[in-house]
Amino acid sequence: MALALAATTPSDSIALDVEGVSHRYERDGTELQVLDNVSLTIAPGEFVALLGPSGCGKSTLLRLAAGLETPTTGRVLEDGRPITAPNPDRILVFQDATLFPWRTVRANIATGLEARGLLGEKGHRIDEVLKLVKLEGFADFYPHQLSGGMAQRAALARALVNDPKLLLLDEPFGKLDSLTRLRMQNELLDLWKSAGFTALLVTHDVEEALLLADRVIVLSDRPAAIIAEVRVDEPHPRQRDDASLVALRRALLEELGISHDV
Amino acid sequence: MSAAVEDTLGGAGRRTLALPLGGIWRNGLLAAGTWALAAALTYGLPDVIAWGATGLFAAVMLVGAGIFLALSVTVHRLGGFGRTLIHYGPWFIVLGLWLGLWEVLTAKLGWLPKPFFSPPQGLLHVYVTDWERLLICIAYTGRLWGLGFFSGILIGFAGGVALGWSKRFAYWGMPLLKLIGPVPASAWIPCTFFIFPSTFHASIFLVALASGIPVAILTAAGVSQVNRSFYDVARTLGADNRFLVFKVAIPASLPNVFVGIFMGLYYSFAVLVVAEMLGAKFGLGWYLQFNTAYSAYANVYAALVIMALICAGLVRLLFVARDRLLGWQKGIL
Repeated sequence: MALALAATTPSDSIALDVEGVSHRYERDGTELQVLDNVSLTIAPGEFVALLGPSGCGKSTLLRLAAGLETPTTGRVLEDGRPITAPNPDRILVFQDATLFPWRTVRANIATGLEARGLLGEKGHRIDEVLKLVKLEGFADFYPHQLSGGMAQRAALARALVNDPKLLLLDEPFGKLDSLTRLRMQNELLDLWKSAGFTALLVTHDVEEALLLADRVIVLSDRPAAIIAEVRVDEPHPRQRDDASLVALRRALLEELGISHDV
Repeated sequence: MSAAVEDTLGGAGRRTLALPLGGIWRNGLLAAGTWALAAALTYGLPDVIAWGATGLFAAVMLVGAGIFLALSVTVHRLGGFGRTLIHYGPWFIVLGLWLGLWEVLTAKLGWLPKPFFSPPQGLLHVYVTDWERLLICIAYTGRLWGLGFFSGILIGFAGGVALGWSKRFAYWGMPLLKLIGPVPASAWIPCTFFIFPSTFHASIFLVALASGIPVAILTAAGVSQVNRSFYDVARTLGADNRFLVFKVAIPASLPNVFVGIFMGLYYSFAVLVVAEMLGAKFGLGWYLQFNTAYSAYANVYAALVIMALICAGLVRLLFVARDRLLGWQKGIL
């Protein structure tokens, strides 16, 4: 399956550069600073996790990378070019599946192709990604008929059908039960390996970050600034009780201000 | 022996299962009873004043009783239609009682006197004698209502989408809509006389206004309440504004639009009487006014019953349309 996908998709990915980005929101006359001089570089094909406390501004960074917003100061670049608008090369997957409830699974997955007028040319890809996320039997179901895990898989399929070069994941498994989450983490890893996109995952789950990412970047509480960076060199598949991962986990929790005995 | 016990038990089970199929529809029998009672009261007791169709009404009720009597044994063989009948069984019983009570209070005791009240045979008399005029009125009203209602909900929907989507449109449009909304239809009559080339156009305008305003308000609310994440998702997937409006905002707000259309339907019926005040020659609203002026209240009631039935039928149709278009909502509701 993985080979089939590699054969049908151009395995190119993009580099993401965040250069001195600060970002503020104005709400009810008061200014809320969410990002404070964040700089990071992500190589093409790399899997990076952003780890930080809830509400620290991690999601804002993803919105900037997706082009949904432009930073107050600083620049966000894809392969050296500034990101100014959303583009299906960079797709955001949210914590809620946010499937369109009035569209079937198939129609949801088709949204990107339909919006760009590529349905005729690339429509066959829909069946491929349906198979990839194991939803072949659910193509004509409506979102309310799906379980949380299935809905999130459909949302992944909706992103993947566009062959994104950068996949932005905003706590995509945060609301799933723990067993489903483990399964989905492995599936995401397989997809990343076979499709070759760059992945930027926002999470507050230390284990998830360590299991998946090549690099874990720790952000402070709001306004978010980078306080630590950890490279994870363990080969996949990783065991969560691996000694080096346990050590890294302890170090990361310490960075987040949580003591050893947790 | 145990086999024999099982056999008798099994047999009994089968019999109780089979009973409703071959059995008697008790509510049907009771309905036949109440309808026959109404027929007997109508025919047997003397009228206080002469009404046109006493004998005919008694005959209609008797025929109804006969039909229920026949149905009480055959209803189980009628499939889906039979199940609908069984569902409304208690209603048929009460309907017979109510018609009987109505008959007694008006025609037989005169406690509800002429001309303000009419016994059922009074209404029946109107249908029998004035059916040609009533049919013409239904056709005229149908034309006026159809043109007014459909142009109203179309314009209301388009305006509502614009109001919900565009901030500038909402800035100027919302206050106007809120001002216009509560103005009663009759207050528009002077303006409409001046603005529109004919009274028929003015009438259409009144019906359109009554049905369009709730649609506009609810569509605007629906579009502006669409979950922002849907737009974000669609934009990252490469959607342009056109796609966002037609493929995201409109389908997402459709449940609200239907609430508006339901309200518009009721308002449009309420405004028909006023709309047909404007020099109409026929129409149910006109018929109501004309007969009110002559104190022919039996005719008024007869026309009201027709309007109520048409309105209920249209509501039913609208429900079917809604269930078809909003099937994806099932389970949410």
